[in-house]
Amino acid sequence: MEGVRSMKLTRQSRIPIYTAVVFVCVMCPLSAEAHLNSTGMGPIYDGLMHFLMSPEDLVPVLALALLSGLRGATYGRRTLFALPAAWLIGGLVGLAPLASNGNAIISALWFLLLGGLLAADAKLSLRVTTALAVLLGLYHGYLNGAGLGLSFSSAAVLLGLIFAVFVLIALAASFVVRLQASWARIAVRVAGSWIFASGLLLIGWAVRGAHGRAG
Amino acid sequence: MSMKPDQPFARWSGVLAVILFWTETAFAHVQKGEAAGFLSGLKHPVSGLDHVLAMVAVGLWGAQLGSPAIWVLPVAFPMVMAFGGMLGLMGVPLPGIEYGIAASAILLGMAVMFELRPPLAIAAALVAIFAIFHGHAHGTELPPGQSGLLYSMGFVIATGCLHAVGITIGTVHRWGWGQKFLRLAGAVVTVGGVFFMWKAFAA
Repeated sequence: MEGVRSMKLTRQSRIPIYTAVVFVCVMCPLSAEAHLNSTGMGPIYDGLMHFLMSPEDLVPVLALALLSGLRGATYGRRTLFALPAAWLIGGLVGLAPLASNGNAIISALWFLLLGGLLAADAKLSLRVTTALAVLLGLYHGYLNGAGLGLSFSSAAVLLGLIFAVFVLIALAASFVVRLQASWARIAVRVAGSWIFASGLLLIGWAVRGAHGRAG
Repeated sequence: MSMKPDQPFARWSGVLAVILFWTETAFAHVQKGEAAGFLSGLKHPVSGLDHVLAMVAVGLWGAQLGSPAIWVLPVAFPMVMAFGGMLGLMGVPLPGIEYGIAASAILLGMAVMFELRPPLAIAAALVAIFAIFHGHAHGTELPPGQSGLLYSMGFVIATGCLHAVGITIGTVHRWGWGQKFLRLAGAVVTVGGVFFMWKAFAA
């Protein structure tokens, strides 16, 4: 009985201490930084979010991942490693001060090429798929690097970006690899036709913009 | 009668996907009208009844014709429609757009109403020709300050979804009453097309 009473007393005697700790925590909060316009999310997350918020980067990667998935697990695995690696190399090259910006027509051509191949369910060889992954990675990585410019955090931004590329390919390709039903595979091809269609319109926008500037 | 282990997973994934895609846009910090660009594109094909009738009719006809037309027509339409949109954006003129759009509703509605079964190439060509008119009319109407790419993507996705609506409705074709219902739907599309043709001439 004496022991139980002393335990209760001990618990009660800790309440003010807990209260003081909670009070200190409540009164000394870190700034929320909910609006990240000035602070950013840190370079890695900035890179990750940049990729996820940039359809001109994201859509061709998605198309190639779906195309690789349609061809099978071997193709998916090859794209999973080849594309991010090429993206990293292209990004590092793009960090050079003499790097130039991209062309909207070339971005649109990637939409057309990869969307068209996906819509046609093209039976590409592993070598050609790898070449596509490397070229796409080098080109878009280069553009991302050129956009970043050489700075202390650029490498971390690139890493975040490549991580996002890797995850997207892993999710999309593995999702498609396990599809057996013909209607599901056709649905993936329909997505390819949408990407192709968006590419056509993107060419139109690029030409219109060029005419507008010339005018 | 035991349920496969991946069935509940698939079902719950479907429910989760619906919930996720049902959410309203946050519009917290939109860069250069990007979210607005996508939503504008998404709403655009739905905003004109003449477009809606024709695009749903493509899905209905595809469902009537069965495989492979059921997916060839909805794949052909957005691609050629985007080609028409590209022509419009480049400033290539296309005469009689409104007549072409109205004619698409009339002819596609009649194809559904009479359950016409031409060879696949002819059906695809007919759909593709009309798609150019729809694309030309739509492609150039980006609200200022919005992303052209996201507008285009929303526009294409909405078009594809309208075809999907038509295909889904068209699945009733397997039943006798469903075949009559589809023919009636084709008649409604045709009447709508005649109305829009009359409006085009009156304008």
